[in-house]
Amino acid sequence: MLELKHLSFSVENEDGCKEILHDLNLTVNNGKFVVITGPNGSGKSTLARLIMGIEKPTQGQILFDGQDITELGITERAKLGISFAFQQPVRFKGIRVVDLLRLASGKTLGISEACEYLSEVGLCARDYIEREINSSLSGGELKRIEIATLLARKTKLSVFDEPEAGIDLWSFQNLIRIFENMRRDIKDSSIVIISHQERILNIADEIILLANGTIEQTGAAADVLPGLIGTTAAVDACEKLK
Amino acid sequence: MLDLNIDDIGKGLLAEIADIHDTPAGAYNFRVNSQLAGRHTTDNIDIMTKEGLPGIDIFIKPHTKGESVHIPVVVSASGIKETVYNDFFIGDNCDVVIVAGCGIDNCGTHDSQHDGVHRFYVGKNAHIKYVEKHYGSGDGSGKRILNPQTEVYMEKNSSMEMEMEQIKGVDSTVRTTIAELKEGAKLVVKERLMTHGQQLAKSDYRVTLNGADSTADVVSRSVARDTSSQTFNARITGNAPCNGHTECDSIIMDEGKILAIPSLEANDVDAMLFHEAAIGKIAGDQLIKLMSLGLTEAEAEEQIIKGFLR
Repeated sequence: MLELKHLSFSVENEDGCKEILHDLNLTVNNGKFVVITGPNGSGKSTLARLIMGIEKPTQGQILFDGQDITELGITERAKLGISFAFQQPVRFKGIRVVDLLRLASGKTLGISEACEYLSEVGLCARDYIEREINSSLSGGELKRIEIATLLARKTKLSVFDEPEAGIDLWSFQNLIRIFENMRRDIKDSSIVIISHQERILNIADEIILLANGTIEQTGAAADVLPGLIGTTAAVDACEKLK
Repeated sequence: MLDLNIDDIGKGLLAEIADIHDTPAGAYNFRVNSQLAGRHTTDNIDIMTKEGLPGIDIFIKPHTKGESVHIPVVVSASGIKETVYNDFFIGDNCDVVIVAGCGIDNCGTHDSQHDGVHRFYVGKNAHIKYVEKHYGSGDGSGKRILNPQTEVYMEKNSSMEMEMEQIKGVDSTVRTTIAELKEGAKLVVKERLMTHGQQLAKSDYRVTLNGADSTADVVSRSVARDTSSQTFNARITGNAPCNGHTECDSIIMDEGKILAIPSLEANDVDAMLFHEAAIGKIAGDQLIKLMSLGLTEAEAEEQIIKGFLR
């Protein structure tokens, strides 16, 4: 369970101090698939980075399974069971797909097991396992590998920052299927996705609407989503994919 | 088990530089503290001691395929300084693997230095894979110095893959490699270098593409840590319709210094030559990504360097 208590985040800029997030209070219970949406600039990605510990809040507390993790670094949070999928997956020189999956799983992963994670994200293991995670991979391929690393980690809380950003429409269709599978197997873990794609919002248990750094609305998807259709908080992937 | 007159330090060095834990199959020549410590020849590969100069001549008969030659050098006595000349005469249509390399352990106060001069005469249509590893160990104040000179003369349609690796413990190295390629010849060089402490490393390549359709790809990846200093200087000259590429990619850490000077010279209108060079520290987002998988910052750094130098 993730709890945010009076969480605020500010940055220093030329005009002084700019508040990105203001006094957020939020609970994500185990077994929940939660989508955080909102217009561009509403602070969604900042919130995801605060949860992973990449940024530190200026005020407030973050609790994970009752433990105050506000002062913990990225590594400690990862070890406690939080994982994070980057909006723009990182490229490496020399580190191969199999290496990253092994690091993610924290053990000597067999090829067949690595293959399962890659198959789940629609990549043929034979073609990808030895590939370097470098600029020879497309944005869509990187995104799928990023998701595969989270599947390999099997953590209690998985945070995805705009998983649909930068992927092609065909991959987007598969992405929805992956999230549907994750939701089905959620058990005691929970999933937080930053997204304003209507089709991802559609499979959420709960939707949180962020606007101007505050929570404007929160509730069951069935209650929140109808009011978002047609706004920038819930956009279609493409008319033809409807 | 390794059935040679080599002490445990020497055996450890052999494992590092040539992955030798056992007497290797095929031809070999072991040089330990300036002495011959073991030699084996085959029907197709002959090894002879040079006359008048320290070193060996290696003769590989034409059409020899699937065989290997190991010629490791171990220097474990402090204060040894030697220049050794090894010439490889590789017959037409061969396909062989050559494993060289030098390990220096210096626990004493005197500098130890091994300068290996290797010349390769690669016959027509022959394919050679050459692996060379350099490694230093020991906690003496004497320096561990290695200055390899490599010359490669490639006949028509021959090809050579060179893997040169120096990851740890060598205080000072000046590496000079020259190659001349005839028609259709192909050279691929993969250099991996890491310097630490106050080490100095200089790597010079002069590759000349003389024949039509000859190709060269010289790629160096290096990491400079602590206050170490590196210079990479690679020139490819195209004297015919040819393809050449050189790349130097470096990670700089701590107070390291790196100078990269890739250069190209075209003397034929159909010479296609490219160079790239990049130097930078480890990207912050790479560290964050690996830390988000549960690695500490130091572990993340180690994995990034390990991958980079693969």
